Amino acid sequence: MKAIEVNNISKHYRIGLRQQKGDTFVGQLLNTLKSPINNFKRIRNMSKLNAQDETLFKALNDISFSVNKGEVLGIIGHNGAGKSTLLKILSRITEPTSGEIKLNGRVSALLEVGTGFHPELTGRDNIYMNGTILGMTKKEIDYKLDEIIDFSGIETHIDTPVKFYSSGMKVRLGFAVAAHLEPEILIIDEVLAVGDVEFQQKCLGKMQHVSRDEGRTILFVSHQMTAVKNLCTRCITLNHGDIQYDGNVSTAIDKYLSNGLNMSETGIIPVDMKRDYASTSMQFTRVQLLNHINMPHKDFYYGEPIQIKVSFTIHEPIPHHNLSVMIGTLDGQRIVFSEKNSEATDGRLEPGSYEASLSLNTPLLPGSYSVYLGFSLLTGKTLDWVERVHDFHVLKTGFEKNKEYRWEESWGYVLNQTNWQLKKV
Amino acid sequence: MDKNSTSIIIKPSRGWRLIPIKELVQYQDLLYFLTLRGIKAKYAQSILGIGWAIIQPLFSAVVFTIIFGNLAQVDSAGLPYIIFSYLGMLPWLYFSNTLNEASNSLLANANMLSKVYFPRLVLPLSATFSKLLDFLIGLMVLIGLLFYYHIQPGIEILLFPLLLLILLSTSLGIGMLLASLSIQYRDVKHALAFIVQLLMYASPVVYSTTAVPAQFQFWYTLNPMVGVIENFRAIFTNTPVHWNWLWIALLMSVLMLICGALVFKRLEKTFADLA
Repeated sequence: MKAIEVNNISKHYRIGLRQQKGDTFVGQLLNTLKSPINNFKRIRNMSKLNAQDETLFKALNDISFSVNKGEVLGIIGHNGAGKSTLLKILSRITEPTSGEIKLNGRVSALLEVGTGFHPELTGRDNIYMNGTILGMTKKEIDYKLDEIIDFSGIETHIDTPVKFYSSGMKVRLGFAVAAHLEPEILIIDEVLAVGDVEFQQKCLGKMQHVSRDEGRTILFVSHQMTAVKNLCTRCITLNHGDIQYDGNVSTAIDKYLSNGLNMSETGIIPVDMKRDYASTSMQFTRVQLLNHINMPHKDFYYGEPIQIKVSFTIHEPIPHHNLSVMIGTLDGQRIVFSEKNSEATDGRLEPGSYEASLSLNTPLLPGSYSVYLGFSLLTGKTLDWVERVHDFHVLKTGFEKNKEYRWEESWGYVLNQTNWQLKKV
Repeated sequence: MDKNSTSIIIKPSRGWRLIPIKELVQYQDLLYFLTLRGIKAKYAQSILGIGWAIIQPLFSAVVFTIIFGNLAQVDSAGLPYIIFSYLGMLPWLYFSNTLNEASNSLLANANMLSKVYFPRLVLPLSATFSKLLDFLIGLMVLIGLLFYYHIQPGIEILLFPLLLLILLSTSLGIGMLLASLSIQYRDVKHALAFIVQLLMYASPVVYSTTAVPAQFQFWYTLNPMVGVIENFRAIFTNTPVHWNWLWIALLMSVLMLICGALVFKRLEKTFADLA
């Protein structure tokens, strides 16, 4: 029998729109007078999801999947992909807009550690509080109380009000309670991100024990790919409210990591792409990486010189500018930074298409990287900013003969080209 | 939680729904600890602690005695004004405190609402129950006052549980209604203090019902607090019970409880999204 069956689940939300502003004083005054009526309409509509308009946000789009008993399913995806919404629906916190889910077995959901903790109550009181919120009975908690206190490792402070606890202690206490839940289906969100490493390991160990030895079904959402890899037997990648991939864990993680739209493949930056710093005066259009024979490429030899060609369009004259190009890892850690500043008075760019090129002088160690671009005025005002525009890989094979990278692991990101000196002292 | 394997179906709910008594029973321990939390947290780190439960009604009664009993000479139906006003104050404070707490219970626990599933009804319920302790302590003081003034309740004191029930269901009913509305419309929060004050003057707390003109009496008694307070006075001071008002109050309070619960259940699905 399936533990979880999810059929065509959708969830819609209302999002806020920018309010209209009056152009004139009278217009503004009228708006102010009308604001209670407008407010009422807006607030009333927050819970009405049938009308289709631009304020309707689809967090989940017709999702279907099922989970077998004893399976550990990982759910990954970028922020806003719908992971948390899915978990909230599965744990009955919020209702789906349409669709149906069948859960066979008792469910416990852990979306936060220590829900319901009251700062004025003692640790002991809060164990009962938190435990009953998570669905345990007083009898169950009585029975497991010593074990819970022991697991938390804060015996000496158990009768102290929680407000005097350090944040780490609160997490420990919360997790100790959660670790003693005995559901058939366990839903966990991102909670491992808190707490110290040692305690994280303890919790992961406990969870592994629970799923393997006791045959429980676990749904696990995390951004920690190592945790997902270690724990899960199957994985779903969500992307913008859709299931992008469902199956093998490492394939799912790869899909997730290369999820920077298509542009990370082609280097072409869509004009209609949603940007954090949208401006009408300029837009990046494309980036290309050229190898040693000036061919656009995605794979480069270790030590190969790389040319970066950035194209952009100027729509309105720009008095001065700062163009920056960054190389970073796929998860957003930027490693190499390079910028070009124009003269403050003599850097005017007229409307038209432009192309800038630069060479990457810093040899990268083998691995996957991506290009990040920024364009701003010298005043600091950002005109465009795009991330993960072009993914590329540096191979272990050396560009020059006998200069391959010989280690299993990349011991960093960039090679420090220097003259070593060694002498006996 | 029962040990049998259970099957849960999740799908969008539509329209009016019933109150899931079975589920509430399942979560009775949560209700118990939430109630306890309400009591413990309220008096934590205070010198007088639970003593405040005595001071609040007594002090208000004394102030009202000075202002309305002595200065304004309000008619107190032949009772010492302090008894008259304390008997009004006790149920009134329970009502207004519960109303405040219950209406605020969802917003105050918004974090819980968006992180874990439990029957949402336990929040206003626990607010209603945690205020009962204050009420019972106030009752002890009342008994002391009655002794002091040599007032002996009659056999009608047996109506006390019924009055308490009316009081509970009125507070809970309105509390549930306002709590569920306050999630979507935060105006409720701002209006509440003002509504409570208004309701106090619409109830015979500082004055006697005899002061209300006869042609308004019927509309006036639709407020269940009228029946509760007047009969509270009656049963503790051995004066005739106002049966008409009692039945109206009972009817109205049950109506409020049902309305409150229905609205609450209907809006429940929006709580986690809008809180």
